[in-house]
Amino acid sequence: MSAEADPSALFRQEASELVASIEVGLLDLEKREGDSELIASVFRDLHTVKGSGAMFGFTEVAAFVHEFETAFDRLRRGEAAVNADVIAVSLKACDHIRGLLADPATAPAGKPILDALAGAMDSAAASGAGLVVQVRLPADAIRLGHHPRRLLDELAALGKTRIAALPEAIPPLDDLDPTDCLTGWRVEIEGNVDPADVEAVFVFLADLIDLEITPLGDPAPSMAEAPREATPARTAAPAQGSGPDTMRVATERLDELMDRVGELVIAEARLHSIAQTAGDSVLLVVAEDIQRLAEGLRDATMSMRMVPIGSITGRFRRLVRDLSTQLGRPIRFETSGEDTELDKTVIELLADPLVHIIRNAADHGLESPQERQAVCKPETGTIELDAEYSGAEVLIRVRDDGRGLDPAKIRRRAIDRGLTTEDAQLSEAELFRLVLEPGFSTAERVTDLSGRGVGMDVVRRTVEDLRGQIEIASEPGHGSTITLRLPLTLAIIDGLLIEIGGEYYSIPLAAVEECVELPAPHAAASGASSFLNIRGSLVPFVRLRDLFAVTAPPSDFQKVVVVTSGGSRIGLVVDRIVANNQTVIKQLSRLHAALKGFSGATILGDGTVALILDVPQLVALGRTIEDRSARLERAA
Amino acid sequence: MNVVTMRLGGEIMAIPTDCLREILEPVPVTRVPRAGAFSNSLINVRGAVVPLADLRVAFAMGIEPATMDTRMVVLDVPIGGESITVAIIADKVHDVSHFDPAGIEDLPAVGHAWPPDFIRGIGKWQNDFVILPDLETVFSQAVQNHAPAASLSDKET
Repeated sequence: MSAEADPSALFRQEASELVASIEVGLLDLEKREGDSELIASVFRDLHTVKGSGAMFGFTEVAAFVHEFETAFDRLRRGEAAVNADVIAVSLKACDHIRGLLADPATAPAGKPILDALAGAMDSAAASGAGLVVQVRLPADAIRLGHHPRRLLDELAALGKTRIAALPEAIPPLDDLDPTDCLTGWRVEIEGNVDPADVEAVFVFLADLIDLEITPLGDPAPSMAEAPREATPARTAAPAQGSGPDTMRVATERLDELMDRVGELVIAEARLHSIAQTAGDSVLLVVAEDIQRLAEGLRDATMSMRMVPIGSITGRFRRLVRDLSTQLGRPIRFETSGEDTELDKTVIELLADPLVHIIRNAADHGLESPQERQAVCKPETGTIELDAEYSGAEVLIRVRDDGRGLDPAKIRRRAIDRGLTTEDAQLSEAELFRLVLEPGFSTAERVTDLSGRGVGMDVVRRTVEDLRGQIEIASEPGHGSTITLRLPLTLAIIDGLLIEIGGEYYSIPLAAVEECVELPAPHAAASGASSFLNIRGSLVPFVRLRDLFAVTAPPSDFQKVVVVTSGGSRIGLVVDRIVANNQTVIKQLSRLHAALKGFSGATILGDGTVALILDVPQLVALGRTIEDRSARLERAA
Repeated sequence: MNVVTMRLGGEIMAIPTDCLREILEPVPVTRVPRAGAFSNSLINVRGAVVPLADLRVAFAMGIEPATMDTRMVVLDVPIGGESITVAIIADKVHDVSHFDPAGIEDLPAVGHAWPPDFIRGIGKWQNDFVILPDLETVFSQAVQNHAPAASLSDKET
């Protein structure tokens, strides 16, 4: 029980999750200032951090959070209102809590933050607060010589006022006595007004009038209803990830379980192939039962390791907010597909590359508000992050609506850096890919934001280590899109086992679109045409036999497995389609890691090793075939 | 220093037992297309996929067909600080014996065709000369040689 062994590590982890949740709450609060449910949720989280902090001996954390919580309590009780300053300082306070968790010695730095927080709240109390006065005079007030107009003027003298008439009590014209005073007034007075001053205005009518004084911004008056409508949908969300039905399990234990399940799946495949050769029907039934159980176990284990992308988007929102302030550019950050799930390891490894991409988008992609106005774009730039499933892959896109990439500039820079030559003919896509090369930076000035630390080459390496790919698209003036394609899982996939000249290979089943016979005209050796006509559309194909230099003669009935990735297709010519199989992915060693075309290896039922084909790379090969034939056509 | 001695292409090689994992009777191999002659196949070693390399290729020795004596020797080789598991083919594995490090001599500059980087020294065993290969260099070079040369469309153009 390693987790229990070190309770303070457990607390640190829990606290940093809570701080992340507080941060998300604060950022939401920035958009919906009056949302009392959100305020309460942040308050609750703070309270938990304080309580467990004190329990585990993190006294500095507990002390600081106590003050933070006290300040937030004022918001909760409506004594102060949320404004941009309060949010900004509170976010700093979150950073400080993180600092305290890492190193309690930073405690003295907390005092100025708390002072600033109190200050921000006081100013919020001063500017945002005020009173709502609802008053109805007695019906005979005018006949008795009172002047409603003067009373209202007196109220107006107390501060900035907004006056609205309350006409509900006015009867139809026929029944109306013009000497009656039937109109009521609702007066909002801004600023720090003492309710006693208001009462003093009505001192001569004190017993006769209907006077109601409430603080401005209090949720009770009807005018404050509108912003609260958004709350119910949100109420359930903060519980995400910390609900009562979840359990914390150390990642190593999940990894261990995954390894075991992987071995079980391989053993099961052996059992299955033995049962089939033996032909014993009783054995076959048992083998099939075990196969079913192993598949269920595999799926359950893999789903345990899956976490939604939403679990890291919180920090990107914070990042964009900070970038927006630092750069002085209003930026809107939108996310979609947050419930798309990926292996936890993958998500963790992706966080830094995504931070870098978003930072680049904000710093280099988006223009300054002035530039944007000049080209008739909305002043606020937009960065979108969306995630979706696509076959056996997950696509994560970061899109900005900035100036886009400048191919000419990239070309110039690449030539300067020796990444390409003057006379190289590069397509736009190839040109954009150069951005990912080490030693390439298009920023003319190295800024504090994007110029430091990791470059796009590191982003590329991380993604490629995860067997993923990066695509860059851009439209000048309209922004650019960076797409990360990642395999859904790193562990076990369903594969289609194929045979070429006695060698076995596995193709990820999710990428397989269909299998067809190789038409007779193509059967003979390498014919001139490398396209298949599949129901009217042309699909390029490659003979894996040629690609893999297989010398054994081809079978008489070759098959074509049509695979797809990123919207493109390619046909793979094979000798025989063997079966579906569970493919436990084993990474290739560093001796073979650089080899294109294979994404790993797996162990078959008979104990031999089979290579797993890398579909995206094969599809990319198909594209070059298409390009080449297009060039040939142009030349002809 | 304990070493395991083995015969490869008519020479005797000695490999420190520190990096020896196990010695296997030949198991089925899976060819890795386009991987070059040095490490062009994979084997299954107790559920792990391990590359099989042929030192005879690295040392430009004659390749004998497999015999009853052929073995696969599984080793842990450090490459750039990280250890990887590889298997090598041996025409025959002799035994484990003690080597006096003081008796190891540098490779003479002439009289052989071996790449000098790949050899740590020459020792003596049962009145024979034995080669102590520098496995780290051999495998590091293989990793580097691979990195740039392996694009799919190479073959096509």
